[in-house]
Amino acid sequence: MVLRIRLIKREQESAVARITVPVLSVISALLFGWLFLFIYGAEAGETYLKMYHGALGTSYAFSETLVKAIPLMLAGLAVSLAFRMKLWNIGAEGQLYMGAFAASGIALSWGNQPAWFLITVMLLAGFLAGGLWGLITGVLRARWGVNETITTLLLNYVAILWVDSLVFGPWRDPQSLGFPLTPRFSMNAYLPTLGDSRVHIGLLIALLIAIIFYYLLNYTRWGYEIKVIGESHLAARYAGINVPQNIMLVMLISGGIAGIAGMIEVTGITHRLQSGISPGYGYTAIIVAWLGRLNPFAIIVVAFLMGALLVGGFAAQSSGIPFSIVLILQGSILFFLLAGEIFLKYRLKLSRRAAE
Amino acid sequence: MRVPIIEMTGIGKSFPGVIANEDITFKVYGGEIHALLGENGAGKSTLMSILAGLYRPDAGIIKVKGQMVQFHSPRHALASGVGMIYQHLRLVDNLTVAENIALGVSGQGFFLNRIEIEAASQKLSDQFGLDVNPRAKVSQLSLGEQQRVEILKMLYRGCDILILDEPTTVLTPRETRELFKVLRLMTQQGKAIILITHKLNEVKTIADSITVLRRGRVVGSASNQDLTEQDLTRMMVARAISPEKINRQRRQLGNPVLELKNLGVIGDQGHWAIQNASLTIGRGEIVAIAGVAGNGQRELIEAIAGLRPVKSGQITLAGEDISALDVRARLRRGINMVPENRLGMGLVPNLSIMENGILRNYHNKDFYHGIFFDYKRMRDYVNKLVEKYNVQLADINHPVNYLSGGNLQKLLLAREISQAPQVLLASYPVRGLDIASAEAVFTILQEEREKGTAILLVLEDLEDVFRLADRIAVMFNGQINAVLDVQNTDLEQIGSLMLGMSGEKVNGAENQVN
Amino acid sequence: MEMSILIAFLAATIVAGTSILLAALGELIAERSGILNLGVEGMMLVGAVTGFLMAIKTGNHWYGLLAAMLAGGLLAALHAFICVTMRGNQVVSGLALTILGTGISGVVGKAYQGVPLSNPFKAVHIPGLADIPVLGPILFRQDALVYCSILIAIIIWYVFYRSRWGLSIRAVGQNPAAADAVGISVSRVRYCCTILGGVLAGMGGAYLSLAYAPSWQENMTAGRGWIAVALVIFALWNPLRAIMGAYLFGGVEALTFRLQIIGISISSFYLAMLPYLLTILVLALVTIRLRQETGTPAALGLAYDREER
Repeated sequence: MVLRIRLIKREQESAVARITVPVLSVISALLFGWLFLFIYGAEAGETYLKMYHGALGTSYAFSETLVKAIPLMLAGLAVSLAFRMKLWNIGAEGQLYMGAFAASGIALSWGNQPAWFLITVMLLAGFLAGGLWGLITGVLRARWGVNETITTLLLNYVAILWVDSLVFGPWRDPQSLGFPLTPRFSMNAYLPTLGDSRVHIGLLIALLIAIIFYYLLNYTRWGYEIKVIGESHLAARYAGINVPQNIMLVMLISGGIAGIAGMIEVTGITHRLQSGISPGYGYTAIIVAWLGRLNPFAIIVVAFLMGALLVGGFAAQSSGIPFSIVLILQGSILFFLLAGEIFLKYRLKLSRRAAE
Repeated sequence: MRVPIIEMTGIGKSFPGVIANEDITFKVYGGEIHALLGENGAGKSTLMSILAGLYRPDAGIIKVKGQMVQFHSPRHALASGVGMIYQHLRLVDNLTVAENIALGVSGQGFFLNRIEIEAASQKLSDQFGLDVNPRAKVSQLSLGEQQRVEILKMLYRGCDILILDEPTTVLTPRETRELFKVLRLMTQQGKAIILITHKLNEVKTIADSITVLRRGRVVGSASNQDLTEQDLTRMMVARAISPEKINRQRRQLGNPVLELKNLGVIGDQGHWAIQNASLTIGRGEIVAIAGVAGNGQRELIEAIAGLRPVKSGQITLAGEDISALDVRARLRRGINMVPENRLGMGLVPNLSIMENGILRNYHNKDFYHGIFFDYKRMRDYVNKLVEKYNVQLADINHPVNYLSGGNLQKLLLAREISQAPQVLLASYPVRGLDIASAEAVFTILQEEREKGTAILLVLEDLEDVFRLADRIAVMFNGQINAVLDVQNTDLEQIGSLMLGMSGEKVNGAENQVN
Repeated sequence: MEMSILIAFLAATIVAGTSILLAALGELIAERSGILNLGVEGMMLVGAVTGFLMAIKTGNHWYGLLAAMLAGGLLAALHAFICVTMRGNQVVSGLALTILGTGISGVVGKAYQGVPLSNPFKAVHIPGLADIPVLGPILFRQDALVYCSILIAIIIWYVFYRSRWGLSIRAVGQNPAAADAVGISVSRVRYCCTILGGVLAGMGGAYLSLAYAPSWQENMTAGRGWIAVALVIFALWNPLRAIMGAYLFGGVEALTFRLQIIGISISSFYLAMLPYLLTILVLALVTIRLRQETGTPAALGLAYDREER
């Protein structure tokens, strides 16, 4: 007797699975993390509690969570746009760096311009720089079919090195004792904050973009075209849609928004350009986009949760738990989500067959 | 009494909704080329798929070399000496011929002994006149050569009975001759060849025996010399079409709307899919393209719709040369198309019925409030559409994949027609549909004709052709070899044209080639 | 005197390139079968930490190496599970495993940061050859893993082009339907190749912690995993070319390091960009011109589903 497990394609995506799968993924990830905490010798329940408190327990913690969440929201939105068209833009990190670079350049050169002017120009610069960085890949893909996954990945490193070459070199603050950072920006280049905390208007920008995306994707002609292209290039052509042009446009905008994420980090948080301006936001953004199933509002929420995870991780670190536990949780959430996704599209069928 | 090398008795096979094979008896002898002839849907591919181990028969017995067999898989069939070469070749193009031949052959050790394989391949190649260089990379070979590599692959695995599915579709006449030489050499050395084909001249040239299938049953089987071309045509298509089913309306043909002049189009594999095709379609008429699938029909429709570039010749619409215009420009000028690939090209999978309903006119100002979609208007539009053409569904917000085949097709047609086209193109509009849905589609098409639309259809079933068409264009080998008034022709004439017999030879009936 | 600097530099190039070479060879095998594995960085880290721990616990660096290979292989098995059986998105899965691997190595290795390894891989002088002027110090006074890496590359080349396994792998990566048609199990081939890829990535990571550094430091691979992915493309999926490419990229790393010491730090960044930019160039050229003839496995990154045709 042979027990056979087969996967049978569902006609319709399972609505039940759509909710249970993400939830189960998070639970499984927490269990997985528990295992490693155990190996490390820490008490899991205590650790998780500490993380929770550190992230959301006080109003200060809450604001710090938001601070971390904002670049994730922007980068997550950026990535989700490309993903909608099945363009695997994993270059948000590099696009973010380029945006940070451009905004910093403006801040350092025109520091005495009025604030409203400076902020506007920096925003534009950040968008353009990130956008052009993304467009390189877009053109390669649209015109010659070059694999965008690899191109964006490689360009990440080029961008990071580019910023390093500036902060270790011509842009380095002479008073920084050799550390790779630029001088502080002038106050005019500081992104205004909301209230007393470090939370800046980048949050509003992110929310605005999320709302724009929602309407764009669901209510406009272009959003419709993106949906069609993402499902079937063949049908898109049949509908008269210009696929190559849209590929380039999407990469431009996707990169541009990631560039804005870089801009808000340098103008809102660090107030200078430095090496390692992003601790991998561009990559975490991919998790955010995937977990949020490419829905703009869900992405905002997931970005907030990821921000909480990051801040919680820092809190745990101060009690001796390695920060890497955050990475374990992030990675395993994504992993379990991927494994579980198949149950959205396929059904498990067990059958017994007499051995032949 | 010779023992047949293949003996299939009482074979039956059904799929949901259709009986593909019914009580078929089929015998092939060693050393002969046996042609299997039939229209689309006659059951030839199914029967051979059973023999090649791809399907299991619902009923019947198969004997190979006198032994009863039950194949579980193509590999199993190959172990008994039965191999099949498909229309879509299964070669790995960045490997050499020898590597492709050796691929997957078990029991020969870890190391790839190139020299041995190349020598063995060369030997087989010489033995059967295949003329293939074992060291060549497959990507650099012509289609004809690639096909011979597939044959070599089979021979290397000890194949004694070779089934070829429409092998000459993508071959030039010279390559066809070369193939036939090879087949003859093979049979001289005792192999048996089964040729699935619809090309009458080839059958008469090369086959020793011929079996004709129609609608899943054997109509007749005899040796080549005992059958004339007329016999074969008659066997393949002859049946009584009840007079009321034939389109007998006297039509007042309107002005010519669409004109194809010496059209040449390249196919997916780089060869000429359409050559020198000329056709005119007038307002208020239905022209049906008859022909065995794979003779360029799909490419023709795609070229007219703007999805495939015109390599030579011209397409004019109401006098204007539209050969260089893109899809949207042609759409604007009133050319609408229902493609063969329904849920993949014609409809976007996973998007809702409503979103699919506006696929071709989503940029219409009426659907917008400023830059935003006016969903209410869109819903009304699609609801009206769906109602008018009686598309059965639960909710227009459901994914379009939920619809049944018949309703998918009705939706497609409804959408294309609602744009009030000048020219409507439809590829296999009733393929796979149940009778009720097919009837509904026919009615819709006939109504369109009443409105004055010029309609070009590709149809599979000759009965449908005679029912709907005002004129019939027959396609064979990428060319339109005849265009006839439905009332001036009959099944047999169309049948023989479909099989590649040239117009003049047939019945002395008059041909109107526009 | 310049000669000795050059010799030292070239010797360092080889050392710098070995870790990348091992990981790239693994990735090459996986990609040849059609699976894109972006989890290399994570697998290298997991290999590095596991190898280090095992070497410390047992005092034997070979046991460490074995443990590293096992760890890398296990992580890769997860990737294979998602990509082959679950038909999941290969890009996202790889990224998930990189993050996961980085995290696991960070937690597990926390207590061992900066702990010295008493018994690392040491240079092995090949008798006779090691004394050849110039070439001797460069090529024949390396540690055992360097020699292993080259040997592995040659073996892979041999297996790919001279054995049936290699033939099957190449077929599966180019045209899985054709391979399926002749009875090759596409799943089995892809599983094996992906796991093997992880094993070699683990080895590459272990090289860092057991020979190159030798020590354990969080995130010590510093992006070498991504360079390995780039290297596979740069080498046009050929193991022998990968050796050359690895030393080229390793040379860039060694040169960058030396430039920073001398003080010419800016140009070191531009130099470091070169491998990535060159690879993009190569990828573009490959894709634009001769896709088949230059070896991109046509089915790379696409899940194989027999029913979808």
